[in-house]
Amino acid sequence: MSPIPGDPVIEVKNLHKYFGDLEVLKGIDFTVAAGEVVCVIGPSGSGKSTLLRCVNRLEIATSGSILIEGQDITDIDADVDALRTKIGMVFQRFNLFPHLTVVENLKIAQRKVLKRSKEHADEVARANLERVGLTEKSDAFPRTLSGGQQQRVAIARALSMEPDMMLFDEVTSALDPELVGEVLAVMRGLAEDGMTMMVVTHEMDFARSVADRVVFMDAGVVCEEGPPGDILANPQTERLQQFLRVLT
Amino acid sequence: MRRVAYGVAIVATVLVGRQVNWADLTDSMFRPSLMAEQFPKIVTIAAKNTLIFTFFGFVGGLVIGLIVAIMRISQATPFRIVGSVFVDVIRGIPLLVWILIIGFGIPIATGARIPGSYGAGSVALAIVAGGYMAETIRAGIEAVPRGQMEAARSVGMTYSRAMWTIILPQAFRIIIPPLTNELVLLIKDTSLVSVLGVTIGTMELTKFGRAASASAFNATPLITAALVYLIITLPMIRVVAVLEKRAAQSR
Ligand SMILES: Nc1ncnc2c1ncn2[C@@H]1O[C@H](COP(=O)(O)OP(=O)(O)OP(=O)(O)O)[C@@H](O)[C@H]1O
Ligand SMILES: [Mg+2]
Repeated sequence: MSPIPGDPVIEVKNLHKYFGDLEVLKGIDFTVAAGEVVCVIGPSGSGKSTLLRCVNRLEIATSGSILIEGQDITDIDADVDALRTKIGMVFQRFNLFPHLTVVENLKIAQRKVLKRSKEHADEVARANLERVGLTEKSDAFPRTLSGGQQQRVAIARALSMEPDMMLFDEVTSALDPELVGEVLAVMRGLAEDGMTMMVVTHEMDFARSVADRVVFMDAGVVCEEGPPGDILANPQTERLQQFLRVLT
Repeated sequence: MRRVAYGVAIVATVLVGRQVNWADLTDSMFRPSLMAEQFPKIVTIAAKNTLIFTFFGFVGGLVIGLIVAIMRISQATPFRIVGSVFVDVIRGIPLLVWILIIGFGIPIATGARIPGSYGAGSVALAIVAGGYMAETIRAGIEAVPRGQMEAARSVGMTYSRAMWTIILPQAFRIIIPPLTNELVLLIKDTSLVSVLGVTIGTMELTKFGRAASASAFNATPLITAALVYLIITLPMIRVVAVLEKRAAQSR
């Protein structure tokens, strides 16, 4: 039962997050609808990663709520593991499982969490490897791949759970510049296929051409948001103007 | 300075050497007939029992060490405290004392003894090995990058599933050299279980060599036992050296 395009799938309401005394998220509100691609931009330390990690509860929100397809993942009684299977996540540092081959990386959670049969898991894994263009690497170990290839495997691993939405946390920041393009191309393809995506990125060209909406965060608050054509071309706040000036 | 030191050493060696009756010494330590007499029992009984105690100690230690290591990294403070008290108490008391407590102390105090002829010795070895291995295993778990647990959780694995299928396989690969080292220590430590009165059937190498030396009034059986220890441990020591070198290179 996947959500109907346009339905809200991520609803963040008055989210606060403290690390000790440090308030990193200061009341965040925003919604991502099914099929939408939202890019989150902002200066270093503004809380983008923390926000993303709260969404699948890798960080525990201090207060506020985050509804995933209507279920509050911050709720102590929430079935976090089940909700996480609906949320694919891709990390800056790939985090592939180094002791498993590429195809095993894609199959292990399908088998152990979704309890899929060997054949089913294998079929899904191979389809996703093809989708990221790495069919020939299925039996390789992650360390033998380039950074760009590893990140594409990481995307395929998340996709193999057939999630309803995907979170990307600066997935091209750890890559050599010449490898960034191949990863962005995969993400662009996902967006075209209608995947719901929340993408923390510094790649302004990607945000401009792929995002339905851009959210600009600064110092733990959402400062400005809107269609990329509006807010990137015509920033209203001083802070966003300054941020964009520094980038170019 | 160094030349003087060498000189002194040579003179001392010569003086001592002249005092020693080499033929007597060789006979009382390396008498070939007596050495031959130790076989096959030194292998079929003594070495076998040393390896049996080692096996129980190692496997038991691994299980205890794993449980304690996981307690030590738990989010729950009570688990962490129990785990670290266990490790400290185990490591702060000599193995010999543990063997005596478990082999003699507990039976005297409670009237209950650990069953099986290998029981008390194996339990003592396992508990103490567990205390040391807990720290090794914990270090291995902590050497696995944090992102691994996060990636495993993000695809919906529970904490324990992620621990078993993702973290521990990597942790154990990292700690193979120190664990092998602990295995070597354990092989040697089994010699201490000889303080528990043992039957001929459960004699391990040390007890066997000592008993044979006493009855022959000759050191040869003990020396033979020592050589058997070396035959077992030397290859392992070399393996550890190779593994450590390889680990250092891959870093
Ligand atoms: N586990 C943590 N413990 C303490 N402070 C943290 C922790 N994680 C993040 N922070 C702090 O929270 C703030 C926001 O961090 P966050 O990683 O969310 O920023 P970001 O917007 O993703 O930055 P970047 O662009 O550099 O990735 C920073 O000041 C950071 O030091
Ligand atoms: Mg970040």
